Amino acid sequence: MSNLTLVQAINLALAQEMEADDRIILLGEDIGLNGGVFRVTEGLQKRFGPERVVDSPLAESGIIGTSIGLAMAGLRPIPEIQFEGFMGPAYDQICSHAARMRTRSRGAFTIPMTIRVPVGGGIHAPELHSDSPEAIYAHTPGLKIVMPSSPYDAKGLLISAIRDPDPVIFFEPKRIYRAFREEVPEDEFTVPIGKARVVTEGDEITLISWGATVVQCMNAIEKSHRSIELIDLRTIYPIDMPAIVSSVKKTGRVVIVHEASKTCGLGAEIAARITEQCFLHLEAPIQRVTGYDTIMPYYKLELEYLPESNRIGTALEEVAAY
Amino acid sequence: MPITTVLDTKIRRISILNEHGDFDAELGEGLIPDDDQVRLYEHLVVCRQYDEVAFKLQRSGRMGTYPQNKGQEATSLGAAYALRRDDWMVTCYRENAGLFWHGLPMEHILLSWMGDERGNRIPEGVYCTPLAVPIGTQMLHAAGLAWAAKYRGEDRIACTFFGDGATSEGDFHEAANFSANLDLPVIFVCQNNSWAISVPTKIQCSAPTLAQRGIAYGMECVQVDGNDIFAMVKATAEAADRARRESRPTFIEAVTYRLGDHTTADDARRYRDQDEVDAWMKRDPMIRFRRHLEDRRLWDSQKQADIQKRAEKEVAAVVKRAEEIAAPHARDMFDHMFAELPEELRVQRDTMRTSSIGQDPAQIEDAVEVTNP
Ligand SMILES: Cc1ncc(C[n+]2csc(CCOP(=O)(O)OP(=O)(O)O)c2C)c(N)n1
Ligand SMILES: [Mg+2]
Repeated sequence: MSNLTLVQAINLALAQEMEADDRIILLGEDIGLNGGVFRVTEGLQKRFGPERVVDSPLAESGIIGTSIGLAMAGLRPIPEIQFEGFMGPAYDQICSHAARMRTRSRGAFTIPMTIRVPVGGGIHAPELHSDSPEAIYAHTPGLKIVMPSSPYDAKGLLISAIRDPDPVIFFEPKRIYRAFREEVPEDEFTVPIGKARVVTEGDEITLISWGATVVQCMNAIEKSHRSIELIDLRTIYPIDMPAIVSSVKKTGRVVIVHEASKTCGLGAEIAARITEQCFLHLEAPIQRVTGYDTIMPYYKLELEYLPESNRIGTALEEVAAY
Repeated sequence: MPITTVLDTKIRRISILNEHGDFDAELGEGLIPDDDQVRLYEHLVVCRQYDEVAFKLQRSGRMGTYPQNKGQEATSLGAAYALRRDDWMVTCYRENAGLFWHGLPMEHILLSWMGDERGNRIPEGVYCTPLAVPIGTQMLHAAGLAWAAKYRGEDRIACTFFGDGATSEGDFHEAANFSANLDLPVIFVCQNNSWAISVPTKIQCSAPTLAQRGIAYGMECVQVDGNDIFAMVKATAEAADRARRESRPTFIEAVTYRLGDHTTADDARRYRDQDEVDAWMKRDPMIRFRRHLEDRRLWDSQKQADIQKRAEKEVAAVVKRAEEIAAPHARDMFDHMFAELPEELRVQRDTMRTSSIGQDPAQIEDAVEVTNP
């Protein structure tokens, strides 16, 4: 066991998987000598060489498009997109090819690729360095979407993602890259894709979140006197509905929290599924505490945009009182 | 049939005032009137001061991430000088000197890096575009702006700026192709500063020049010493003439160097040698320019002391203006979403919440009380 930050846990997972499997190649902007702009790949080029940790040209479509080719040839590329805001140029390759290749080729070609992407706000960054586009990709059939909220889960989930036979987008909440440390086993272990984690148990309200806002939810729970069950989705697609349903059947009240804007955010999907699967257990309308339906503002207003514990607390009180 | 050569080409390189201070009178004489030379040099001093102050503001926590311009100022300034005031300057984020010359008030750039969108509101009558963060994307807008001018029969042109790294993005190639094939009056100024964050230019381009990328699209191209303001003015003036008279694009590779880190979030010591930086320090565009002005008795140490003092005062006043602007209100984030705010966005703005209990418009007032006790 060692006490690691989320960045260190990811770095460790990458190193261990690369050690074990020489089909793994890392590629991206500034990931080699510089170790990535967040230092997630620090030391890996030195250790595994420039053939396996590749500083690519500045071209996201190129990074993902060539990764698809590498994957079709049986390798296991782990491309990095430097910030979620720069997935734009790669959108076509991700959604028109990576997501479809297995289906298109009737299983002859598969894309065992893990796209690593720092995501989300709260770090005082410039425009397009603070967005939360997970719903866009969750809406695209053929992609698995993962977002850990702790160092332990980051390591275990990344290993699962790398070993997964299909394309996985591994979103790394940059706000908590170094926010806290956690005991993480040195040895390899996996956290399964598609399984949520019950962070705190409770029977009054089910609070659902993922990524950096899990921390805000924990702050809100601390300030509340209610019995709240916090579910960290960990995997955004496929969603762990059994975990959600069993909690909602107990509580009958739900608040969903995400950084992304509200309209067509994942909260909408989760709320719809809850009404499909446990309508008769609901005691209150499902509430969403999310980013507003605005452009993510520049950093002077980012804390106003992001769901903080006070806003979450208000929703919890209202749902409980309903 | 014998094998023939269908294309054999050469790339011109323009240098007028080199790093040793040698001046090519044939090319450079009369290019920039003496008093303009002095004004340009003074502008460089002010911009360098601005850059240093901005860097310190970041370091002392008064500003967010900032990309230093140090060492590259002559490139955008030389180009801006050769443009008309009503030509478009379509930049990325390292062209302060050119933008200020072109009329952008100096506090705007500070405000943007201070995390305030209002810095991106370009004043009426200033022909430039907001900060372009996604690399390489703005060149297509330049093509469109130039296209609109052509369509309307105006002789306005567009000059777009980008880095060596940006030439790897697909959008660059599309912009070049559109401009050449649709005969658009665009100037592409590639600021080849050797680095794209930690990635050296050879990873973006394995040809001997970036300039020759223009050839592939059938446009004129030229390499320029980007730290030589005279060469930049000459190359841009030629390109502007071509754009205005023939509606043809030009690709200019300006060879310069990023003397600072990529941004304040970067530490260039991790990936480049100090020797390389030291060598380029000597090629600083301001050193040779000052020496040239002194040689021609247009400048002396008294003038230098005066401008330095003026620069400090001017920049301090700019910082004061930027910092004195009242902080934005949370609700401002809704202000420019649409010409007319849809009802549900209005409710989000008025309640500053997304959870819906209490968002029945009839209950908005209660909700506002809950959020703002
Ligand atoms: C589409 C996109 N990808 C990645 C980035 C992150 N990024 C910001 S600046 C930069 C390097 C740009 O290099 P270059 O074009 O040479 O310009 P320079 O910074 O050297 O002036 C990168 C990779 C970005 N802003 N946009
Ligand atoms: Mg560059």
